Amino acid sequence: MGATMQPLTNRSRVVSDKKMTLMERIYLPAIVGGLSITIRHFFRKKPTIQYPEQKRPIAEIYRGQHILKRDEKGRERCTACGLCAVACPAEAITMVAAERKPGEEHLYREEKYARIYEIDMLRCIFCGDCEEACPKEAIFLTDRIVQADYLRMPFVFGKDELVEPMDPTKRVDVSKRQTPDVITFKQENRYAHNR
Amino acid sequence: MPKVTIDGVMIEVPEGTTILQAARMIGERNKADRHVVPPAMCYYTNLKTSGGYCRSCLVKVSKGSDRDPRPMPKPVASCRTNVMDGMEVQNTTSPELLDARKGVVEFLLINHPLDCPICDQAGECHLQDLSYENGTEASRYEFERRTFVPIDIGDTIKLHMTRCILCYRCVKVADQITDGRVHGVINRGDVSEISTYIQNAVDNDFSGNMIDVCPVGALTDRTFRFASRVWFTKPEDAHRSCERCSGRVVLWLKGNEVLRVTGRKDQWGEVKEFICNTCRFEKKDLADWKVEGPRHIDRHSVIGQGHYELETKQQLLKAPAPNVPELVRNKELKER
Repeated sequence: MGATMQPLTNRSRVVSDKKMTLMERIYLPAIVGGLSITIRHFFRKKPTIQYPEQKRPIAEIYRGQHILKRDEKGRERCTACGLCAVACPAEAITMVAAERKPGEEHLYREEKYARIYEIDMLRCIFCGDCEEACPKEAIFLTDRIVQADYLRMPFVFGKDELVEPMDPTKRVDVSKRQTPDVITFKQENRYAHNR
Repeated sequence: MPKVTIDGVMIEVPEGTTILQAARMIGERNKADRHVVPPAMCYYTNLKTSGGYCRSCLVKVSKGSDRDPRPMPKPVASCRTNVMDGMEVQNTTSPELLDARKGVVEFLLINHPLDCPICDQAGECHLQDLSYENGTEASRYEFERRTFVPIDIGDTIKLHMTRCILCYRCVKVADQITDGRVHGVINRGDVSEISTYIQNAVDNDFSGNMIDVCPVGALTDRTFRFASRVWFTKPEDAHRSCERCSGRVVLWLKGNEVLRVTGRKDQWGEVKEFICNTCRFEKKDLADWKVEGPRHIDRHSVIGQGHYELETKQQLLKAPAPNVPELVRNKELKER
């Protein structure tokens, strides 16, 4: 039955139970050969990086943890229009909208805002489609890396983790994501948005 | 019966049919010919004297009739022009007309705020469709847009006058379907606006239909205000026995929660059976309704994302109901 079977790869070998020679039986040459490989690796350059002390260089337009930007007056730009959620191929974004009340004009730019805005970072594939879909230039991907955790729940990021801090010194710079190509692309849309 | 040719497709229609209605008949006869149907923003089949305001249904009549084959000198509103025997009409086949329609869209959008990200109508808005299909990418208008403060007409309807394109549909609904109209268009020309007498509440059993007929987001449901984007809700056909109206509606669900109730819009975006305010605003419990199944949504619509339905209702009827106990027994027998 075994003879009729086709091998799946060319790496498979037929097992033989031929008698070992004397050299094979004393094992020492094989052990020395193996050890020499191990010892050679001690003197090689190590590929391991001591993260977080040491960091690999990343691209300037690296797509990492998202941010919901505030405008220059500190108001949230997001209006919960749902375009990021509909553009998201992983269906990682959910939101609940609410109406801005009188007196909250300094918090939200338009009459509707996202009361709840959640991104499941385990679902997210960091493709950047949400950023491209956003008509209000509210959501951006940044070069920050999402922290690891032991549980699943902390990976559902709410507004407390996503919205940019009000403090001007703690603002997150996304200008690197705004490459000349991106700016020209967004300028083509300037007539309709943000008026 | 007059014969009319629209974009090379011929149809025989009864005397007195408008070009728009003839085009819709072609579209209903063969889905592949839907492109001959001009868009309509103000015309509404069920509302008498509607149409003729928005000019988006313009068509070019390249041959008047068999008896008088001269072309009409300029584009005509297809919703208000009757067909003649032997008439030849161009809709999408005339580049000149497409250019004219582009101009119409630009005019309609002059004062429109384009606040689609916060508008509840986004996703089912006729103006969005119209400008997407026929409009230009940019507006050349540089001046201040006409703005109004949004007002509440009654506790169920919100009026955003900035979004209004003055199609008069809601006024005609109030005139023809409800009794005692209390709102209308005041002022003239550029400053005209829909308004009630000193913010009078529109309070009538059928006033909610103003929301359904509004082609833009000017009149929206306050009970649905910002509740969800339309494309995150699931439209289901449903009915209940109602003494005032037919009770045949569409429920817009999120889970088991009824977020919104609307009338059933046909393929041309028109409601054929108007529903009463009790059905629309007060019956927000799924137990009040008998759900018939998912509503058919055009696959080109954004509402169709994540919306699953069987191809036709016939298929649903033909498919035998799965006999679950038998399936389980068969499986067990096989495994033995």
